[in-house]
Amino acid sequence: MYRYDEFDHQFVRDRTNQFRNQAERRLSGELTEEEFRPLRLMNGLYLQLHAYMLRVAIPYGTLSSRQMRQLALIAEKWDRGYGHFTTRQNIQYNWIKLEDTADILDALAEVEMHAIQTSGNCIRNVTTDHWAGAAADEIADPRPVGELLRQWSSLHPEFSYLPRKFKIAVTGAPNDRAAVKVHDIGLRLHKNGEGEIGWEVIVGGGLGRTPMVGVTVRDFLPQHELIGYLEAIMRVYNLYGRRDNKYKARIKILVHEIGAETFKAEVEAEYAKRPHPSTEVEERELKRIAAYFAAPPLEKLPRWSPSFEEAKLANPAFARWTKNNLGPHQADGYAIVNISLKPEGGIPGDATADQMRVMADLAERYSFDELRVSHAQNIVLPHVKKDDVFAVYQALEKVELAAANYGLAGDIIACPGLDYCALATARSIPIAQSISRKFADSKKQDEIGKLKINISGCINACGHHHVGHIGILGLDKKGEEFYQITLGGSSAESASIGTILGPGFAGHEVADAIETILDTYLKLRDPGEEFLATYRRLGAKPFKEALYATA
Amino acid sequence: MTTPEKGQLVTANRLRDGIAVFLTRSGDWSETIDDAVLAQEPQAAAALEARAKDDEKKTIVSGAYLIDAERIGGRVRAAHIRERMRALGPTVRLDLGKQAEGKGAGFAAPEGV
Repeated sequence: MYRYDEFDHQFVRDRTNQFRNQAERRLSGELTEEEFRPLRLMNGLYLQLHAYMLRVAIPYGTLSSRQMRQLALIAEKWDRGYGHFTTRQNIQYNWIKLEDTADILDALAEVEMHAIQTSGNCIRNVTTDHWAGAAADEIADPRPVGELLRQWSSLHPEFSYLPRKFKIAVTGAPNDRAAVKVHDIGLRLHKNGEGEIGWEVIVGGGLGRTPMVGVTVRDFLPQHELIGYLEAIMRVYNLYGRRDNKYKARIKILVHEIGAETFKAEVEAEYAKRPHPSTEVEERELKRIAAYFAAPPLEKLPRWSPSFEEAKLANPAFARWTKNNLGPHQADGYAIVNISLKPEGGIPGDATADQMRVMADLAERYSFDELRVSHAQNIVLPHVKKDDVFAVYQALEKVELAAANYGLAGDIIACPGLDYCALATARSIPIAQSISRKFADSKKQDEIGKLKINISGCINACGHHHVGHIGILGLDKKGEEFYQITLGGSSAESASIGTILGPGFAGHEVADAIETILDTYLKLRDPGEEFLATYRRLGAKPFKEALYATA
Repeated sequence: MTTPEKGQLVTANRLRDGIAVFLTRSGDWSETIDDAVLAQEPQAAAALEARAKDDEKKTIVSGAYLIDAERIGGRVRAAHIRERMRALGPTVRLDLGKQAEGKGAGFAAPEGV
């Protein structure tokens, strides 16, 4: 199980004490808001529409039951009884008081958690596959490399004042669930014919106001060269990345402006200058880190679980849930349980303190004490015996966590939008709710099949609308909310940025528009063809015609 | 039907807890937008803003700014949906925020979806 090492313990305690002092100085007037703002942001504290918001880091989305219970406690003691799991595998609390924040950070430190690197122009919290260490298709667990990068980048003096924020994602599986092509740096593991592993290094992807798919600068970088090579990338970015314009400061703009080939040549030139031996990752160090992520003691089980099969036969609702919400585990007799935080008409990613505790209890009892947060705002129990899946399902049902829509139309990704966020231009959550209600019929959802609907409440794209198969962007048109629809985005291995379909819609028209698009798809698809494939085959034309046909 | 009284008011977030507050005639900060004083002349608006900046220095509030609003029958309606949202609470959790505490504005944020 992932844990801090002794350096982290001391470091986080020191940091919390520093923040306590800073907050006191702010409250007493010794610090102005201008002086305090960057300090609070470095500790994850934002000021939003209704109150402060605290964003807590969940490295690699990995949580123990104890940590999840502490998150529940914080929700109850210092917030309004719930938290919001985000598209960056973190959790946010919406009703935080400045005067309580140092106590909350102390409570987090008690369970080896913090809010560092969730904000600011630094290398942010590294994200990864929420099925890491469990997925059947995995070459290797990507989290040790994520952790290596965290240890390297945390408070790295050279990379603490970058031109802009910097996001790294890592996947150890060929099916990319970590969206590595739309991060500043994406790392994707490959295995060659000799059985050796190496990292594909992708640079310059990103969403926001200038969405781009990253370019591959190395196909197969040996693991021990990772730090040195990434350092070279960071140096080129730090040197040439624009600081004159916030909106042109991300590395994607640099890669785009000078061109991928020039960028790559600059990186290689910088890398050639590096004193390689000193930046090589020692095998011993990697092993030490990997031990934190050691696989749990899985039992040797038969692939077939009679009790699981019987429960499915006896309970069609359970059978449907298993079909949609289970992922293939690397060990026989186990399954990955995906808990949808998207009940019909609910708020994507929100969980109450009680729900958090139930999930923590289930993880403790059935999943080796482990939970994961996915960037799709769901929770994962990574290692559940098939024999136990029915018991897990029944417990989830009691607390309204048994929505069987994982990966379907109801599994909508949405940022907090104008209901909470100070940057938003329109609401996201009510749009998600209206679509979720529109597709409440489980038969219809199953018929539509795999679908990603993403909603952002502003151009900053926290809802990752550019990579939704159907993306929805909320904008402000003279004080009124209106919504643009894009089609054809994907954050998977064949990543693409969605294309705007046509004129936008008022909020109350969006769900109907989505229905029209999906009905068109159902009419035109080849047997077994998923929405994205149909769109890629036919292009926007038939969808445009259906949506904007004038009577 | 009374004619709406249009003008500008000052809003900010209270420093210690971040709650959205509105500057009143007496110079206090209220959680209720209806209590806000409305400036109808630019000079009056500037004076309100100056008073708010003083309170920023006194660490009562942070991030004060002027917004357009109107008073209709004793209740205040902010011009922009963002501000109507701040005066009420999230539209997706009516059980939370000012709207749930009897401090909400008299005007719905935007229409529901």
